[in-house]
Amino acid sequence: MNGSLSSLRSEAVGAMRTMLVSAESLQLTLKPELSQEEQALTHTSSKAKETHKARNEDLKEMLESNKESLKLEAMKRIVGLISKGKNASELFPAVVKNVASKNIELKKLVYVYLVRYAEEQQDLALLSISTFQRALKDPNQFIRASALRVLSSIRVPIIVPIMMLAIKEAASDLSPYVRKTSAHAIQKLFSLDPDQKEQLIEVIEKLLKDKSTLVAGSVVVAFEEVCPDRIDLIHKNFRKLCNLLVDVEEWGQVVIINMLTRYARTQFTSPWREDAMFDENNEKAFYDSDSEEKKGQADVKTYIMDPDHRLLLRNTKPLLQSRNTAVVMAVAQLYWHLAPKHEVSIVTKSLVRLLRSHREVQYVVLQNIATMSIQRKGMFEPYMKSFYVRSTDSTHIKTLKLEILTNLANEANISTILREFQTYVKSQDKAFAAATIQAIGRCATNISEVTDTCLNGLVLLLSNRDESVVAESVVVIKKLLQTQPNQHSDIISHMAKLFDNITVPMARASILWLMGEYCERVPKIAPDVLRKMAKTFTVEEDIVKLQTVNLAAKLFLTNSKQTKLLTQYILNLGKYDQNYDIRDRTRFIRQLIVPSEKSSTLNKYARRILLASKPAPVLESAFKDRDRFQLGTLSHSLNIKTSGYQELSEWPAVAPDPSVRNVEVIEPVKEWAPSVGKAKQSKSEDKFYSDDEEKEENASDSSSSDDSDSSSSSSEESGSESEEESNEESEKTSSDSGKSSSESETEPKNNSKKATRKKKPADSDSDESDSKASSSSAESSSSSVSDSDDDSEPPAPQKKSNVKARPKVEVKSKKEVSLLDLDDFSPAPMNAPKPSVFSPSLLSDLEGLSLSNVSSAMQVTTPSFGPMKTFELLHHMTGKGLSAKYHFPRQPCLYQPSMVSVQVILTNGSDHTLEEIHVGDRSPASLHIHCFNTIERLEPRASVTVSMGIDFSDSTQAANFQLCTKEDQFSVSIQPAVGELLMPSTMTEADFCKEQKKLLGMNETSATITMTTANTSSQTINKQVLSVANVGVAPSSQNNFHRFAGRTVSSGALVLVSLELKESSSALLTINTEKSIMASMLLQDLKQALTEA
Amino acid sequence: MIHSLFLINHTGDIFLEKHWKSVISRSVCDYFFEAKEKAEDPENVPPVLYTPHHYLVSIYRGKLFFLSVIQTEVSPLFVIEFLHRVADIFQDYFGECSEAVIKDNVVIVYALLEEMLDNGFPLATESNVLKEMIRPPTILRSVVNTLTGGSNVGDTLPAGQLSNIPWRRAGVKYTNNEAYFDVIEEIDAIVDKSGTTVFAEIQGVIEACVRLTGMPDLTLSFMNPRLLDDVSFHPCVRFKRWESERVLSFIPPDGNFRLMSYHVSSQNLVAIPVYVKQNISFLETGACGRLDITIGPKQTMGKMVEGLKVTIHMPKMVLSVNLTATQGTHTYDLTAKVLVWDVGKLNPQKLPNLRGSLSMQSGAPKPEDNPSINMDLKIQQLAISGLKVSRLDMHGEKYKPFKGVKYLTKAGKFQVRT
Repeated sequence: MNGSLSSLRSEAVGAMRTMLVSAESLQLTLKPELSQEEQALTHTSSKAKETHKARNEDLKEMLESNKESLKLEAMKRIVGLISKGKNASELFPAVVKNVASKNIELKKLVYVYLVRYAEEQQDLALLSISTFQRALKDPNQFIRASALRVLSSIRVPIIVPIMMLAIKEAASDLSPYVRKTSAHAIQKLFSLDPDQKEQLIEVIEKLLKDKSTLVAGSVVVAFEEVCPDRIDLIHKNFRKLCNLLVDVEEWGQVVIINMLTRYARTQFTSPWREDAMFDENNEKAFYDSDSEEKKGQADVKTYIMDPDHRLLLRNTKPLLQSRNTAVVMAVAQLYWHLAPKHEVSIVTKSLVRLLRSHREVQYVVLQNIATMSIQRKGMFEPYMKSFYVRSTDSTHIKTLKLEILTNLANEANISTILREFQTYVKSQDKAFAAATIQAIGRCATNISEVTDTCLNGLVLLLSNRDESVVAESVVVIKKLLQTQPNQHSDIISHMAKLFDNITVPMARASILWLMGEYCERVPKIAPDVLRKMAKTFTVEEDIVKLQTVNLAAKLFLTNSKQTKLLTQYILNLGKYDQNYDIRDRTRFIRQLIVPSEKSSTLNKYARRILLASKPAPVLESAFKDRDRFQLGTLSHSLNIKTSGYQELSEWPAVAPDPSVRNVEVIEPVKEWAPSVGKAKQSKSEDKFYSDDEEKEENASDSSSSDDSDSSSSSSEESGSESEEESNEESEKTSSDSGKSSSESETEPKNNSKKATRKKKPADSDSDESDSKASSSSAESSSSSVSDSDDDSEPPAPQKKSNVKARPKVEVKSKKEVSLLDLDDFSPAPMNAPKPSVFSPSLLSDLEGLSLSNVSSAMQVTTPSFGPMKTFELLHHMTGKGLSAKYHFPRQPCLYQPSMVSVQVILTNGSDHTLEEIHVGDRSPASLHIHCFNTIERLEPRASVTVSMGIDFSDSTQAANFQLCTKEDQFSVSIQPAVGELLMPSTMTEADFCKEQKKLLGMNETSATITMTTANTSSQTINKQVLSVANVGVAPSSQNNFHRFAGRTVSSGALVLVSLELKESSSALLTINTEKSIMASMLLQDLKQALTEA
Repeated sequence: MIHSLFLINHTGDIFLEKHWKSVISRSVCDYFFEAKEKAEDPENVPPVLYTPHHYLVSIYRGKLFFLSVIQTEVSPLFVIEFLHRVADIFQDYFGECSEAVIKDNVVIVYALLEEMLDNGFPLATESNVLKEMIRPPTILRSVVNTLTGGSNVGDTLPAGQLSNIPWRRAGVKYTNNEAYFDVIEEIDAIVDKSGTTVFAEIQGVIEACVRLTGMPDLTLSFMNPRLLDDVSFHPCVRFKRWESERVLSFIPPDGNFRLMSYHVSSQNLVAIPVYVKQNISFLETGACGRLDITIGPKQTMGKMVEGLKVTIHMPKMVLSVNLTATQGTHTYDLTAKVLVWDVGKLNPQKLPNLRGSLSMQSGAPKPEDNPSINMDLKIQQLAISGLKVSRLDMHGEKYKPFKGVKYLTKAGKFQVRT
């Protein structure tokens, strides 16, 4: 007491001094008071408590002064008190006043205090609330976030409604950082008041939809804490989480991976089935249509992994390279619990790597490896040497390594392991040496080939000087002998000889038990041992006494002549023993073996009872039953079920509906965060565009039949897969994963696709192989061409890389042009060319994107394109053999955003070569045209496709220009249909309505049209509208309402088309746009298309 | 998640506590002290413990225990990794992670802990981000602070946490732009009595010190990347690029950081730079023993072996040693029973030798086992695996940085059994 008081006092004095110094340096007039205090402190220790109080008084004064620096000093000291766990709660009123301070330093320290003591001073804490409420509205996101952090950390039940409100607001904050904070606040509020659960789940649901990587980890933590059983909330976010995973911060990755593991076990079927024919070729299932996937699942014989299951495995794999050991462990357990058996081994290397980390990390990782190595020896066998023990390892690490080595032992490596064990047995760490002996025992029982060797080795150890080693050996030998007692009477007699020198009770007891059990094999020695025991009985340990009684009884039954008196003597000693167990046992044995009148029946069976053959003990790993816990968890580490542990469910027999994970296409919200890195920036832009593209693609999908489907979707695939392939190439060299094999198994149907893909250069910018690629793809795609002839041809969404001025030599008829283009399509970014540095990561991002969008395509009522119209530009009669046709490929123009891109197909119909085909004069002179590069030569019967950009300035006025060859000039003109002057734009229904409201009155044009009922399906309508105008489909909640949105190419004015179906096949067609001339023209065109169809 | 943190020194005093949720009494540490008592050596304290209501996860670093209290299921590695990260940050801020330093800077420590976790979940663990919010102490600043009463809490708000590159702060400026990379390899090996290698592998790290203005995008490529068997990266490295091209492409954090660590497979033959001829024996009669150690070069690739040091943990019964060394100095710690022989440079012409007698407690039995020898050594300008950096390119910035690569081979856990 005195000591602690004086230490307190000296501490107080020290603090006083420092304060004095600072006070002096500030030239304050506080000095006289302080020195008084100081004197009081130094003199009497009994006043320590008082002075402590006085000191706080002093702090209070400092806090109430006007000087900021004094306040700060006081707060610093208070924080010091808090950190030491001392009570500073009586300062609350003084501190709380400073909560509104302008000084950020001071404010932060006040927050620390507030969070610590608010719970104890609830009424006073309320004083600070209004400050936080104000700060929640601050324009600076950091201030908003920190206000929410502190507000939610104040554990005062009365402000629960305020917190709830603040959380809800913050959850829709523009700043992802604030949203992240709100996710943390959810858990805090939940622990404060679990009744808010329902409302909080709503917020969680909302935040789960968040696309920011900052938020993802935190909201999953909240989900795990508040409503881990609401697995349904994850469905729609599953793919997004998988795709975001790599970019989430490391701590978030851990929780997300753990949660997804649990999720996957409820949603997918087991990949471990015995008869499972591993369809490694699941890339197919991945991209193919829904129907096919379902078929695969219905077919029980062949197991096809759910594409989402594969997605999860694939996207977590790179995280094995994380520097964060927890992330690596999380991925390892995910593979362990979810991956097909043959894929699990890819985690081995990374786990072994973790053994280089800190001691504590090693401990946990070794525990997990121990559990894994029981079930799957093969996984770690190649790394056996990494588990060799070093003398500098700490004891529990040594024991774990030993455990693993024992688990890994098999016929092939046992000799190496035993040699290693021999070194360990000699270790100075005796506990470890004893553990090694047990390990040897386990190896001996598990591998029958070495049992004898081990036994001999152990017998040698019996002469070891260290007692604990000997004792352990005896115990292990006892167990081993039990498994095969026949040949080993010499060992038993050897042990009997050692008996006098062994003092460890357990070992003595073991020897006695062995004697009794096999007394018939050592008929001479056993009675002698009993004789010795009779002498020392009273001084033995209880366990030895019990075994002595046992031995006596057994000998009495087998050899009563020699031992009758000895037994009686021992039984008498036992009868008066201090331990009741021994007295009990003695009484029991006496009744059993000594014949008397009463107990005759039992007596008969005494022999059978005592000398029954006993089953041999099984030596098992201590980690045998740990596999009931999910790997990597606290429960697994401790081998007890911890609170909050979520069981990993068994695989479902039948997979729940996979379509729940499909998501509607939502316009990706642009990341709010200022993107600093180029890579990131370009990524978000990619997302933006490629979504649009995908949509177009989907449009063509649904309009055409299956066959052309495969060809058109190939375009989509070729892009993402080319990335895949480049990955694979590198993977092939590395030994792991069966992925490389998957490639070669691609189904024949996709052969054509594959061929094109192969030819495709990974970098879309490289133009050297353009012509080669296109010609070869022409050949390879010929099969699908013939199939799709009768189908409406989807317009070719083309890529800038191909549209490059470099012309393509066309051998086939023009119909295939679009097909070729499709094949060449790759979802590389649309905007400014990227430095190739980024391409891999870009493509990978896109890969993720295309995945999610494939699925969405299945669900969303997709827009469709009508037949692409090709127009005559130059007839071969007028063009002296040169003919030209053009069409609008409907994609953003590369050269300038305000241009409409036009593709021109030039064919040489003459019998001589045409040279220097180029664009000449144009009219009106102001017309902006981006011409194609001059074509040097065009062979007879050959044709070439070139692309141009024309700025029509949102008018349908024809663009006139001259098409020149070396000899001639031909005036041609391109007259665009009004619908081609538009660009599709994506918007939500709400946005659509909002925009529409702005464009009323003058800007609205409408007409009532009559449609045949056959044409009123949304499919047909979409098809018809899109055939006329290049617009995007906007979602509509009503069935009878169809909405389309677009922008004019040059000026970007909004064009909104809505079609309201009325009864009796009439419909109201409305167009809202500022461009009233365009509106009326478009109306005309649409009207015609819709009524005609 | 993480509920509370207690910092405990090796004598068992709790000198700092921090709670991120409600306050937990420090009596919970009693369970830990119990385990510590049982374990004797602080290294042997189990990192994960359970008590009736809480779970305790602890790490031991720099003679300090970082003990965290957990209430519900969480991955133990998650906590361990975080605690180590906390210790790393302290190290980074104060130069060392010791009780005295933490006590001196308790306000900064508290501010750091406050920023690092929110409700028990890690918030900001990147040193670059933290340094923007809380400035590390410097001598000048601490003088200024005592005069003005200021603390090190930054008054600007950080932007790094919000960017997509959380590890780098914006607006970095240097007059001298430089990027240095240290390729450091450690040989882990167990050599048995007869001199044959039982087990050997190479663990390497690339430590970087990058002081570049603006937002540079670096690409580091190797001459022989196939050597690397298993790698782990700083989060700044682009995985995909490595997978496809085997180059390291990254936007570096500012200052010192570990770019990657790697492992050269044990399948490859590992060159062992030195051999040890040793003879340690304890005589059956008479309380003494003999020791004779000679070290010679084996595969040094023509480079000088430096910083050679031999450490032997003697059996408990060895009371004192009487040894003479032909080179370097040797000391014997009587209480810890550790013999250290600091050899220095290895001269191939004149091999260093240490010999003499060991005196033992009389009456004690002869030790069962000879103590094993732990080796320390350094070889400058050599990566023993043969790994070579071929080039470093920078994109995104216009200036020409000064670049440098250094190689170093060290002995890791290099043990010779006797």
